Amino acid sequence: MITTYLFYFLSFLAIMFGLMVVLSKNPIHSVLYLVLTFFAIAGHYVLLNAQFLAAVHIIVYAGAIMVLFLFVIMLLNLNKETEPHKSLWLKASAAVASGSLLIVFVGALKNATNIPATNVANPNVGLIENLGKVLFSDFLLPFEVASILLLGAMVGAVMLGKKSIK
Amino acid sequence: MSVVQTIPINWYILLSAVLFTIGVLGVLFRRNAIIIFMSVELMLNAINLLLVAFSTYLSDSKGQVFVFFIMAVAAAEVAVGLAILMSVYRNSKSTDINTLNKLKW
Repeated sequence: MITTYLFYFLSFLAIMFGLMVVLSKNPIHSVLYLVLTFFAIAGHYVLLNAQFLAAVHIIVYAGAIMVLFLFVIMLLNLNKETEPHKSLWLKASAAVASGSLLIVFVGALKNATNIPATNVANPNVGLIENLGKVLFSDFLLPFEVASILLLGAMVGAVMLGKKSIK
Repeated sequence: MSVVQTIPINWYILLSAVLFTIGVLGVLFRRNAIIIFMSVELMLNAINLLLVAFSTYLSDSKGQVFVFFIMAVAAAEVAVGLAILMSVYRNSKSTDINTLNKLKW
């Protein structure tokens, strides 16, 4: 019973903080609300028995990516005064468009057949031992390609960040 | 009592759809390029949540491995994207996407 309440609570937090990311005027507040959203999603991962992924999620997203965002925002000195705004007409059409998208999603979900939770889920699926075995046997080539991608991203970021590209 | 028995997977699909829609709303709603990046992150996280939910409900750890790869791609995207944003700011002194209209026909 407690898991049900926990699910509702975490979902509420994730959706509310997600909306606050979009709606808050100050970019710094947006970043902080996004961190809270990520924590709510990490709570969902724990609820889904993916403990290792929850830890990695917090380290990578809340620890690394969000710090990068915060660093750039403070470096560029963005604040409430410099924040550009769309016209009311464009904002309304954006809300209508994304609302229609949500209606499409919900409509597609309405007739979906529910997956019966017959096989009582193996609680070891999300543990590091299991994931490591799968990652280094079935997904060895994608793993290496991901390392090349990260190297390329690193070189690209350094290239773009240089003062002047001659 | 695990979550698999108490909550149908449709709830997770619905939650992911709502989070994804919030991300789309952010991309359409804001003009600051950094907020748009953050909305893209939110969309990626909605997909991650969906993958983890299916992986748990089907007792298949491949979905969770896929989430690792999405995280790697997201990290690379953010590093390069923010570097591009910095050089844009250096040239136009703002992160407003409406100033980036030089290629507009």
